[in-house]
Amino acid sequence: MSAASPAHDTHHDDHAHAHPTGLKRWLFTTNHKDIGTLYLWFALAMFFTGGVMALLIRAELFQPGLQFVNPEFFNSLTTVHGLVMVFGAIMPAWVGFANWLIPMQIGAADMAFPRMNNWSFWLVVPAAILLVASFFVPGGAAASGWTLYPPLIIQQGISIDMTILAVHILGASSIMGSINIITTILNLRAPGMTLMKMPLFVWTWLITAYLLIAVMPVLAGAVTMLLTDRHFGTSFFNAAGGGDPTMFMHIFWFFGHPEVYIMILPAFGVVSAIIPAFARKPLFGYASMVYATASIAILSFIVWGHHMFTVGMPAAGNLFFMYATMLIAVPTGVKVFNWIATMWQGSMTFETPMLFSIGFICLFTIGGFSGLVLAVTPVDITIHNTYYVVAHFHYVLVSGALFSLFAGAYFWLPKFTGKMYNESLGKLHFWLSVIGFNIAFFPQHFLGLAGMPRRIPDYALQFAEWNMWSSIGAFIFGFSQLLFLYNVIECIRSSRKAADNPWEGADTLEWTHLPSPAPYHSFETAPVVK
Amino acid sequence: MGLDMIRKAFRNAALAAALAAGASANAAYDVDILPPASPIAQQIYDLHWAIMWVCIVIFFLVFGAMFYSILKHRKSVGAKAAHFHENTTVEVIWTVIPFLILVGMAYPATKTVLDMKDASNPDLTIKVTAFQWAWEYDYLQDGVKFNSLLATPRSQIEEWERKGEQKNPHYLLEVDKPMVVPAGKKVRLLITSNDVIHGWYVPQLGINQYGIPGFVKDTWFKADKPGLYRGQCSQICGKEHGYMPIVVVAKAPEEYAAWVKEQKANSPQAAAPAQVAVAAAAPAAAEDPNKKWSLDELKAAGEKVYAANCAACHQPTGKGMPPAFPALDGSKVVNGPKAAQLALVLGGKQGTAMASFARLSDSELAGVITYTRNSWGNKTGEAIQPAEVKAARK
Ligand code: HEC
Ligand code: HEM
Ligand SMILES: [Cu+2]
Ligand SMILES: [Cu+2]
Repeated sequence: MSAASPAHDTHHDDHAHAHPTGLKRWLFTTNHKDIGTLYLWFALAMFFTGGVMALLIRAELFQPGLQFVNPEFFNSLTTVHGLVMVFGAIMPAWVGFANWLIPMQIGAADMAFPRMNNWSFWLVVPAAILLVASFFVPGGAAASGWTLYPPLIIQQGISIDMTILAVHILGASSIMGSINIITTILNLRAPGMTLMKMPLFVWTWLITAYLLIAVMPVLAGAVTMLLTDRHFGTSFFNAAGGGDPTMFMHIFWFFGHPEVYIMILPAFGVVSAIIPAFARKPLFGYASMVYATASIAILSFIVWGHHMFTVGMPAAGNLFFMYATMLIAVPTGVKVFNWIATMWQGSMTFETPMLFSIGFICLFTIGGFSGLVLAVTPVDITIHNTYYVVAHFHYVLVSGALFSLFAGAYFWLPKFTGKMYNESLGKLHFWLSVIGFNIAFFPQHFLGLAGMPRRIPDYALQFAEWNMWSSIGAFIFGFSQLLFLYNVIECIRSSRKAADNPWEGADTLEWTHLPSPAPYHSFETAPVVK
Repeated sequence: MGLDMIRKAFRNAALAAALAAGASANAAYDVDILPPASPIAQQIYDLHWAIMWVCIVIFFLVFGAMFYSILKHRKSVGAKAAHFHENTTVEVIWTVIPFLILVGMAYPATKTVLDMKDASNPDLTIKVTAFQWAWEYDYLQDGVKFNSLLATPRSQIEEWERKGEQKNPHYLLEVDKPMVVPAGKKVRLLITSNDVIHGWYVPQLGINQYGIPGFVKDTWFKADKPGLYRGQCSQICGKEHGYMPIVVVAKAPEEYAAWVKEQKANSPQAAAPAQVAVAAAAPAAAEDPNKKWSLDELKAAGEKVYAANCAACHQPTGKGMPPAFPALDGSKVVNGPKAAQLALVLGGKQGTAMASFARLSDSELAGVITYTRNSWGNKTGEAIQPAEVKAARK
């Protein structure tokens, strides 16, 4: 997040090669911090882009009837909102943190493949442009839901081809990023930094990177089959030609479920760094945290069918996916218990990063509970594709992934920028976010239980009250995010110097061994970890 | 029973809280699954509350501990940090106990899954075909077949320019012809689709089943007692996805038998499947298929068929929504040879939203094609007779 001031650059020109400034610096940079910064700003921009779409959706849903948009455009809004938030906001934001933090936390100078790193980032930008620009082509943006199910998606125009291309590019970028992260972690650790001494953020990213490498090609395969079905006369998903639309769902969700863990595992890492820092007490159950993360990752490959209970799989299929899904709640529970045990008998203070982390634990757990409810096949069948599911995944993704991103941003801003953010403003941002978020999404559980389908632009009258609240909450939440933007910019520009370690309890290398702001090249000589 | 009372108390408390939050007297602040109306739905209802209680109890235990800690173990009250960071016993306990709870949950859930899958020995089988955007119900034994479409007028829905008309009480959840079934009888549904994936979803009957083009999936329900149950398409299926409701009316078996009789009386062709009239849309359907109709008669019948089946895409004005849905007004196909247009409407066009409309009757197709050829700016002056349609079907 640091658009490190130019003064600063010259200050760090004390090593061999000079680096360009201005646009060229950012275009050609191979520095992990610059690239991290690019990723983070990009993610923030996409977060606001997707947010505008979300508010348009909620404006339309404020009351029954069609007031603002037509149904076609509404469907495009939900689809692109989903794609932009998943692939444009959450995932790149985590890659941004990975770039900034992994080399610092393992005592390396930079990432293993700096030039590929540059390429990973600059691929993401055209993909995002393709996604957003598809609104302006004839026929409008993809309107099939982010799940892209055929045959519906086959009916639409050129925007689908743009979406498919975007997904391909993003996939390539993620795979390159992951190879880079895995190589960095496995090869560039400082002497003494054994695997079981690595900070959990590094661990969770290591596992996430493996998940990415495993599933992004699967998604690429699925969308390629869509492309050939559309243009080259194949019938992978067309029953008339011997294909099966259900096969797409299987392939999509074989990617899709690990994908949700790709978005949440790094969050576990961030929270596992912040809770001990503000409880001034070591993380409880470090080893079991690592094992729980690994088991979640493995289990995540065998639960995809819980998105397909209404397809009409045989009973044995439904039962298998129900049991496997229930099982995944166990390691998830272990993590929550460990965080609370870390807080237990600590000496806690509640700065903004800690507030967001506690908010994360409470609300993510509610998302875990609704996941458990959905795991029970018969119950899922009555609420599948209703607002209940929308509530579930926003609890895990917004109050899960996004809140921990905010927690991480506030926590590391002093290290990134060398300045202190405004604490009161941060707290205000937290409270408005929590309140707005819950008003927006808690009632959606009730809407789902009462049978309101998702992805509809208009609804029956008995859904009106909760929808009105939901829209009010969404607007509170949405506008509060501007506080974050302001706080970050104000922080970068302010003159409040941050200490090298402004947090009493933080003990990873970036705090203990590096000044604030962190130097352009983290560790020219590796620290020795005892 | 104790559990039942707690459950009711919880529901009432939640409701009261919602009401206290400023709800007006008739506002719908429902917080629970709709009242179940079939044995499966009842099982689902109970499963949902069982898992909810598990969640609620764990929630209060876990967050009770957390908030206690937040209050007591804070620096500002002088708490000193302890140094422990693992405890194998505790860790094993909180892994094993949740596991056992889940096994306890999985057992009743498994029973329900097996029950839901057991569609054997039905009293009645109905084939449900989804299409963009309505449902077709085909009573396989009783020889009744009809389409069920949204009955809410557009004037209540579209409010872009002005406030819509007063909305019906069952706005968007009302259809022209509901599915009628006998209460207390096991009804098996064979669900499929004509175009894209849809979802036949009636929560109170415990059914939510995708209709997948090219595949037939089965499921079943038994309505406990006579009543009316509403639902909607649950899987995004294009722009009118929000506008394809489902209404199921369960009648006492005698009344159901009377209903079947009445349906057959109203549409003699019913006995020959695939030739059933769409609601009131085609008075012509009941007539002798070889009869010649005047252009005006066909046009009048066709206008209704058009409004029900084509207007969603091609628009009432015939202007379509290019480029997704082409205009029929001025279209080369519509103003070209009859046979080509007939073939297109009968066969649909692969890979586009233009599906086959072979399911409409000969007279309906004759009507709608005549209508499109002689409306808006189209002035071919040609009529298509039901006999021609019949001949065109191979
Ligand atoms: C689900 C949306 C949808 C519905 C409902 C629909 N159509 Fe179409 N129709 C289309 C699309 C899309 C095309 C363009 C197909 C193509 O790409 O050639 C089309 C094309 C046509 C054409 C050819 C127009 C031209 O100039 O190429 C005719 C004629 C037509 N439809 C008639 C009808 C009739 C009659 C009905 C009602 C019985 C109907 N359609 C219902 C979507 C629909
Ligand atoms: C305790 C762990 C979890 C369980 C048991 C669980 C269970 C489920 C189930 C059963 C569904 C399918 C609902 C349906 O479509 O009918 C679902 C959907 C979903 N879950 Fe989870 N989940 C868990 C955690 C997560 C996490 C951590 C994330 C992401 C960070 C997540 C994101 C999603 C998303 C995005 C969907 C909806 C996808 C869609 O249909 O568009 N879930 N979950
Ligand atoms: Cu999943
Ligand atoms: Cu549908």
